[in-house]
Amino acid sequence: MRTVNEDVTQHIHAMGEALREQLAEAEISKPLMIGIHTGGVWIAEHLHRQLGLDEALGTLDISFYRDDFTRVGMNPQVKPSALPFSIADRHLILVDDVLHTGRTIRAAMNELFDYGRPASIWLAVLVERDGRELPICADVAALNIKLTEGEQIKLNGPDPLSLTIFEAK
Amino acid sequence: MTTRSTHSSTAPIKRPRTIQIDSNGRLRHFIAIEGLPKTILTEMLDIAESFVSVTAQDVKKVPLLRGRTICNLFFEPSTRTRTTFELAAKRLSADVLNINISASSSSKGETLLDMLRNLEAMHTDMFVVRHSSSGAAQFIASKVEPHISVINAGDGSHEHPTQAMLDMFTIRQHKPDFSALRVAIVGDLRHSRVARSQIHALNTLGVGELRVVAPRTLIPAGMERLGVQIYQNLEEGIRDVDVIIMLRLQRERMHGAFIPSEQEYFQLYGLTEARIALARPDVMVMHPGPINRGVEMDSAVADGKHSVILQQVSNGIAIRMAAMSMAMRSRADAKAEA
Repeated sequence: MRTVNEDVTQHIHAMGEALREQLAEAEISKPLMIGIHTGGVWIAEHLHRQLGLDEALGTLDISFYRDDFTRVGMNPQVKPSALPFSIADRHLILVDDVLHTGRTIRAAMNELFDYGRPASIWLAVLVERDGRELPICADVAALNIKLTEGEQIKLNGPDPLSLTIFEAK
Repeated sequence: MTTRSTHSSTAPIKRPRTIQIDSNGRLRHFIAIEGLPKTILTEMLDIAESFVSVTAQDVKKVPLLRGRTICNLFFEPSTRTRTTFELAAKRLSADVLNINISASSSSKGETLLDMLRNLEAMHTDMFVVRHSSSGAAQFIASKVEPHISVINAGDGSHEHPTQAMLDMFTIRQHKPDFSALRVAIVGDLRHSRVARSQIHALNTLGVGELRVVAPRTLIPAGMERLGVQIYQNLEEGIRDVDVIIMLRLQRERMHGAFIPSEQEYFQLYGLTEARIALARPDVMVMHPGPINRGVEMDSAVADGKHSVILQQVSNGIAIRMAAMSMAMRSRADAKAEA
């Protein structure tokens, strides 16, 4: 296991500025932000503050929407999703720590559509890594990392935030 | 002055693992609370917590058990329990078969095992079993194919584990620290499978003090071995308690002269607003339903500010979703290992 020598909070700040620019360009003034448990929520808390969003931060646990439940079972540490607002016709910023296969984001979008029909969904991630299995890409990604076979990257937190690369079992 | 005992000297004996736990220590069938570790009970409460948020969605279901078939095998009528199991299964996106045995082919002479084999041949993944005989769910669990899970929806006077867990869930929503709680279970303990499950659940979750309150005729022999304090006087039994769980007087099982009359029972053991004042000011009043108003409690209490009876009904769906998904997960684990 090795720690990635990156200043995570600085990268999150850069994500926030990139989001601000892109949203202004798209003329979106009041987006809603939703973090995916657990790492995505940590990052979303920083971004939510930075962008000065008025409405509460939403959180999403995609455990009940995973497409591999019948193969690997359920994550025992399920946390309740909390969307304290209506997402219908709203512009959403979905935040996660690592974009890998794309299956988590697919599950998150499936879950979001069970709450209502948003106007659009933007995706912001700290790390975009190789290994995509679905046609999903991020609108904002702070880091692009290529890992060797068997390696995984993980965000540790919430305070301080750090990235580690480790060999998957 | 009363003190809070942990009744450690009368703690239940640790029993060996039962048919309900798989080789990974996970819930495989949900037959009884007795014998299950605290970790599994807590996990079920935590997962149920997440399922509560599903009801906030526009689409009140998740795709977890899509493509699975759950069969409600009810050998004894119960609209409410069957409905909540059915709704729980549907909210998990499973397909549901409801089989009312008294109206099915068992009356044509088909044996129970024949029926199970036929339902298995229809690719059923789970049986939810309600039966008037104690041990029926365990018997069925011992006979089904290895990939099928069984959930006990009430068997005789043995256990009703999902009802007890929804009660624990409701208590935890209001009073999260079980060790600080003094709980009284009041009423027909002799016939109550719910009470047996509640006692095991409360003990396993580490309740501070557990009392049972009933006339001697409605207390089964050996109850004190379950780590409870027995009261025959309602006023004494509910004094300073945090939670009062009322039990239904089971008229259909009253074949002996257990109580002189319902009127006298209400006079001595009926919960009224005046009696509630003896408990803690924020006492919760619970009842597994259906309530015999004017027998177990006054309508004013059933509908009053201390009552959480309707919350119990809502929570029944989330708990049953949790139990079903946990048991089905064990099956997923077994497949992944294969």
